[in-house]
Amino acid sequence: MSELKRKLASWDSIIILLTVFVLVVASFSVTNFGTSRNFTFLILDLLPIVLVALPMTFIIVTGEIDLSVASTLGLASSIMGYLWNQGLSIESIIPICVIVGAILGAINGFLVTGLGLPSLAVTIGTLALYRGLALVVLGDGAVADFPFNYTGWVTGTIGGGSIPNVLILIVALAVIFGVILHATPFGRSLYAIGANAQAAHFSGIRVARTKFWLYVVSGAVAGLVGVLWTLRYSSARADNGAGLELAVVAAVLLGGVSIFGGKGSLPGVLAGVVLLAALQNALRLQDVSGQALNIVTGALLVLSVLLPNIATSIRSTWQRRKLRRAATV
Amino acid sequence: MLLTHRRILSASAASLLVLGIAACGGTTKDSAGDAAPAATQSGAADPNAKLKEGLKIAYLPKQLNNPYTDVEVGGGKVAVGELKGEYKLVGPNDASASSQVSYINTLIQQQQDVIVVAANDPNAVCPSLNQARQAGIKVVSFDSDASKDCRDAFINQATTEGIGKSLVEMASELAGGAGEIAILSATPNATNQNSWIEVMKTELAKPENAKLKLVKTAYGNDDDQKSFQEAQGLLQSYPNLKVIVSPTTVGIAAASRYVSSSNYKGKVAITGLGLPNQMREYVKDGTVKKFALWNPADIGYLAAYTGAALASGQITGKEGEKFKAGKLGEYTVGAAGEIVLGPPTEFTAENIDKFNF
Repeated sequence: MSELKRKLASWDSIIILLTVFVLVVASFSVTNFGTSRNFTFLILDLLPIVLVALPMTFIIVTGEIDLSVASTLGLASSIMGYLWNQGLSIESIIPICVIVGAILGAINGFLVTGLGLPSLAVTIGTLALYRGLALVVLGDGAVADFPFNYTGWVTGTIGGGSIPNVLILIVALAVIFGVILHATPFGRSLYAIGANAQAAHFSGIRVARTKFWLYVVSGAVAGLVGVLWTLRYSSARADNGAGLELAVVAAVLLGGVSIFGGKGSLPGVLAGVVLLAALQNALRLQDVSGQALNIVTGALLVLSVLLPNIATSIRSTWQRRKLRRAATV
Repeated sequence: MLLTHRRILSASAASLLVLGIAACGGTTKDSAGDAAPAATQSGAADPNAKLKEGLKIAYLPKQLNNPYTDVEVGGGKVAVGELKGEYKLVGPNDASASSQVSYINTLIQQQQDVIVVAANDPNAVCPSLNQARQAGIKVVSFDSDASKDCRDAFINQATTEGIGKSLVEMASELAGGAGEIAILSATPNATNQNSWIEVMKTELAKPENAKLKLVKTAYGNDDDQKSFQEAQGLLQSYPNLKVIVSPTTVGIAAASRYVSSSNYKGKVAITGLGLPNQMREYVKDGTVKKFALWNPADIGYLAAYTGAALASGQITGKEGEKFKAGKLGEYTVGAAGEIVLGPPTEFTAENIDKFNF
């Protein structure tokens, strides 16, 4: 297969094309989808998912996973509410929450790399632990009186136009993460670790240290998203973001990142996030119920894991048949 | 490469930290005086304006799959039919505030004329409701109010005072005037729950209720299983409990179910706000002697007419304005845009069979 054909037939390209297709079709056939206000709603809906998906992509590419991100978000949100009630200024609270997120990520990183525990088990444990801590910090209540110039910034647009303020943040972080993953040796080392961690280790890549810092970044980003979530809804609650980790993993896998590690690209993940969010937005505008929406999302996720595997097995059967034919000739 | 990369990361983190601390003394809770700009009220009301037809009225209750909500929106559907409008029902499956925000955004996009909403959190839904009002949509809250500056009118089932007082009166009667009582509420943020509980606490502080002691307020989140478990917990932690007051239909049903099948039957009284159809078996078997409610269908009905009156310019939500709400008759807007349906009804074994909802 030629280089171009192989690039076009890869899962990432298929997802990107599918996303563009859905966006175009929805703009024409769904009333009120293609308006600038809806664009703002769409961006706000996918803000937490896309930001958390950036470090999550790195982690899944190395063959690990981090399911505690939503609970880190919730704990950061609780701490934000608690500190606000204690009278701290919001300018100090925001960095504190990001640092708290980084510390929570470091705990994950230590358990996975320092003690060598499986990341799935560790992060399920910290998922429960951090959520429990969030309830301890803030209890069942909510804090809602955040200053308008901050909450307004998160939900507002540039100069009252059609570009949401948070889009700047999304684009900046996506570019940074994309460049690191695809254009630096550090990024290449992640693929190496995911493909074969032992071989990577023997080629001189500091596997444990790399994974540790990935978890720290994942926690820090989750902390930042906790702040943004709180400001967007003007409500700090211990249960903020519950269930977000599943949406993020679904989007990352839909974007073509292999759950086994070693494969995937960031543009694919971005397309996956946009595809899921746009589909949900468009279907909701058509009054499709919440349950049907879940079915569609779940089906997409199953397909995204199934189809590449089916394609690989078809290809290997085909190659085996070619070899057998060549041998008998 | 890794080392320099990480050095850059730590340097930027450190500078962020410095910036953050340097900005100390910035916006704090006390200094932040500016509230969000509320949507401006349109001109004067014209009580003789004709009710518009074809209005798109959307209902967004606290959650779907809740029997109480179903009765409410059923009444709303009837009213929208009478108004010759378009009825729509949307809502989350969990009683959470952030899910309501996505639905409000969708309704704005669909260019509804009226949104009738029962807020899961009075503040979290505020920014989107104000966006809806800026887009020309009238917002009527019912059952559970949103913050005053983000809605045009609020349909209150009975006065908050009236509900709180009648809950304490029933509890006092069932406890024989003295003893420990507990509250089994819904979600901790629900506006209606919290306002009724506030009134209850004020009532309990009065000298005539000095012998009644409120030992705990538990939260069942309007989830049947959780409410059941909370009721269990209450009776285990407070063995001398005399009455459980549950001002939510999900909570009272779950607590009655637990008590009627346990040793506490007859020893602990259950009261609160419940649906007659759900509570009938427990009233008949003696677990529950008395509880109260109003007709939820009327709330939904009144909300639709209020929304139509707002959208047609008959009222603007100011105190003293009057409008006619179909078969329910004439209503006057009270303070802060509150419209009261009427006094609550008490249900006992004698009258429960007269009601079917």
